[in-house]
Amino acid sequence: MITKVTHMCVYVLDQDSAYDFYINKLGFKVHTDVPMGPNARWLTVTPPEQPELEITLFPVKEGSTFDAETSKTMIGLIKKGTFGAAVFTCHDLMATYEELKGKGVIFKKPPTKEFYGFEALFCDDSGNWFSLSQLNTEK
Amino acid sequence: MTAPEMEPHHKLYLYRRIVQAKLFIDRHFAEPIDLNQIADEAYFSKFHFIRLFKQAYGKTPHHYLTQVRLNQAKRLLAAGGAIAQVCFDVGFDSSTSFTALFKKHAGMTPSVYQAKELQRKVLFKQNPLQAIPNCFAETYGLKNSNIQ
Repeated sequence: MITKVTHMCVYVLDQDSAYDFYINKLGFKVHTDVPMGPNARWLTVTPPEQPELEITLFPVKEGSTFDAETSKTMIGLIKKGTFGAAVFTCHDLMATYEELKGKGVIFKKPPTKEFYGFEALFCDDSGNWFSLSQLNTEK
Repeated sequence: MTAPEMEPHHKLYLYRRIVQAKLFIDRHFAEPIDLNQIADEAYFSKFHFIRLFKQAYGKTPHHYLTQVRLNQAKRLLAAGGAIAQVCFDVGFDSSTSFTALFKKHAGMTPSVYQAKELQRKVLFKQNPLQAIPNCFAETYGLKNSNIQ
């Protein structure tokens, strides 16, 4: 029986830039940041109130994980905004939307009412998009 | 929030002021700020402010300020900071109240937390693969020795 998600993976174009985005803009916390061999880095972050879920910020570059062709294709797809990576929730969408917008986060959809609550869509610094929701059960 | 697509301008203005107060806490938590100052920052009366802040963030401004200070304390302790210094650096003026709040928040005293974090760092430094699920390590061509 599967019980929990402990790690999920977001493919990013640049780990330093992703670090700045997820920590300084979204307010996530660093869980683990260690070198992985001479040219790689294992970087995971957690949502502020979910310390048990590690989001791996995994760089897409040519190497042992991706060959040159795959890497080029992945980078193109990420930049195009192909990948929707996760749904985040917040206590109050309008307050969070205003704060993140003020910090320069780009929204591809402003808050709208949905049957389950309210939802906006934002992009990370690589191009991955996320749903940011305030669920009806939240308040 | 009630209906963002029909949000009246004055409600948006209120949201912006609440966000401004939250960001004020984020920026000035290490200083001896109090509720009156935070409410002033957002141009609210104290009680109106507490109510609106709690609606937006699910906790009172005081609770949020304490949480920000404790989170920063965790970061500084993990980096090896002296406990007494960390206490004052994050805005607490009493090490007794800091220790009690920290224990309530983290489930352990600052010294135990620090020892655990420093030990974790040493372990990861000695063998970074201990931090990484094997499936990912293998994609880097590395073998995680702690998995049999």
